[in-house]
Amino acid sequence: MLYRIAGQYKTSYAADHALFPVRQDAWLLGVILLFAFVVFPLTASDFTYQALLIPVLIYSLAALGLNILTGYAGQLSLGTGAFMGVGAYACYKLVSLFPEMNLLVAIALSGFFSAAVGVAFGLPSLRIKGFYLAIATLAAQFFLVWLFQKWRWLTNDNASVAIQVPNIDMFGITVAGPNARSITQYFFVLCVVCLMTWLSINITRGRIGRIWKSVRDMDIAAELVGINLMKAKLSAFFVSSYIVGVAGALFVFLWRGAAEANLFDIPLSFRVLFIAIIGGLGSILGNYLGAILIVALPVIINTVPAAIGITISPSMVEHLNTMSIGALIIGFLIVEPAGLARFWAVIREKLILWPFPH
Amino acid sequence: MELAYSILVQPFADMVGAPDFLIQVVWEGLVSGVLYALIALGFVLIYKSSRIFNFAQGIMVVFAALTLVGLHERGVPALLALPLTLLVMLALAVAIERVVLRPLVNQPDIILFMATIGITLFLVGFGELIFGGENKRMITSELGIPTGSFEFEPFGGFVSIEQGDVTTVVGAIVLVVALLAFLNRSKMGRAIRALGDDHQAALSVGISLSTIWVLVWFIAGVIALATGIVWGARAGVSFALEVIAYKALPVLMLGGLESVTGAIVGGLMIGILEKLFEIYWGQPLLGGNTEAWFAYMLALLVLLFRPQGLFGEKIIERV
Repeated sequence: MLYRIAGQYKTSYAADHALFPVRQDAWLLGVILLFAFVVFPLTASDFTYQALLIPVLIYSLAALGLNILTGYAGQLSLGTGAFMGVGAYACYKLVSLFPEMNLLVAIALSGFFSAAVGVAFGLPSLRIKGFYLAIATLAAQFFLVWLFQKWRWLTNDNASVAIQVPNIDMFGITVAGPNARSITQYFFVLCVVCLMTWLSINITRGRIGRIWKSVRDMDIAAELVGINLMKAKLSAFFVSSYIVGVAGALFVFLWRGAAEANLFDIPLSFRVLFIAIIGGLGSILGNYLGAILIVALPVIINTVPAAIGITISPSMVEHLNTMSIGALIIGFLIVEPAGLARFWAVIREKLILWPFPH
Repeated sequence: MELAYSILVQPFADMVGAPDFLIQVVWEGLVSGVLYALIALGFVLIYKSSRIFNFAQGIMVVFAALTLVGLHERGVPALLALPLTLLVMLALAVAIERVVLRPLVNQPDIILFMATIGITLFLVGFGELIFGGENKRMITSELGIPTGSFEFEPFGGFVSIEQGDVTTVVGAIVLVVALLAFLNRSKMGRAIRALGDDHQAALSVGISLSTIWVLVWFIAGVIALATGIVWGARAGVSFALEVIAYKALPVLMLGGLESVTGAIVGGLMIGILEKLFEIYWGQPLLGGNTEAWFAYMLALLVLLFRPQGLFGEKIIERV
């Protein structure tokens, strides 16, 4: 009843191709945005910002980038963490070389560095396929992290070989660094993530997105119908690494505040991959659902036992955490290999028909 | 000019200048190469029989070694702990087949790959919960592995070879020969290879998929235990050993995912070359620690010329 789509007539192609052909979807999104922009900022504490809201947004953005490459263009990547690192280090160099540059511009530019590196490591995808391609992205993963450690110029030759985010002002408000308030950081990240999501939705449902999907489904067939595989694969690497690089810059500048090279090591890559797969490959919504699950899980495991009166040691919590994430991944893959996004699709389908069974 | 000299001439001059050191380096590389090859062998077996890219092989190594050491710590004599550990690995194989693989039959490759990453995480958490995360000493002498070293003086130099390493190499050769004999001569071994060739055909002549999967995962567990013992004897037993799993991946890619020969040749090649590169090029020119990525870059270069790896089956694509 609530989700009835009968009677919403489309009288032009433009209306049929609108971002939200079904009115209820638009309303639902409106409610979510209302929560994100008004309700959360009014109610959230500092802890909620730092432990839940900001990481969820940043991880979703990184997973979105990976999902474009793996879910839409079908190229397996295990090097997301390193590409995030490229974005973060590029942003750090830009900010320290041009201190008066607007942070927004610096972050937008740092994505291009990551995209260039991504395309370079994407070149082997023209010849290597499937799991063999994972080796190219793993080579990027290990080589780049090594480079972050050894190339002192990247960290301005400072003794700690780490990035320290300075205080950065934008239009008179401190947005990054130790003096920044969580709420400004949250709004900054939220705006960037919304913008990137809007762009990706439109890219993936447009011409380029359809080309990617055809390459994913069968690249030889795609080539036979006249798709330029080189352009398709490299453009997927470019767009994906750009988004991942922006996520990396946000990750360090708006959330962590400091970073060493091993932060971008393979566990980060896997974490983003989990989010993309649990959320659902080939779906934009899935990244958000997956990120909420993966980020919230440790917080829940941390707080629930204390709330019901059992005390566990911190190391035990960590082990339980690893274990339950492992079990959860297996469980989700068994129950719904297509991910959380598919769950929502099923629920939506049911809502449209409700209260009738068929 | 000076740079070209230090890249192209100096390392070789060093090699010829100190042949005893070169022998030592090659030997060290060979031993780690044998270990990489063993881990890659576990991968290949599972990939051949089920097309699962088993990321958990590295963690199975740690888990097997931890179980062995942990049992011994709780007072079980070493020679009894060994068969008990084998039982645990069998139980693990059965559990993985029942809980994870059976419900996931016929899913796309990437889903199964993710499931093995899930297994990896689960085993990491489980192992640390039971045995603790700190570094443990492998019970080398209790198992009767010699610990002294042979010393040679070729070309007036000095080379020292650990007896434990010799045991490793000999043990690995025995294991590989036994495995090849099992695969090529026994009925079960033929069933495994049949499954690898064609799932449907193998099923239709009455080969049981679940039995073979348990068997294959158990063999991989045995290989993991052997690797765990010898690697643990060199570096101690802790979850830091997990990194060797990342070393086995390029070995696989280099050798070809389906090839036992490829795993062995690839392992030895990467073991020796990465040591040579690290000592003669990495440390003087690049600031060291190049072992982290050298294997991947080498595998990547080889794959560019042979996309199926050195010994892999030719990839034939049809539309």
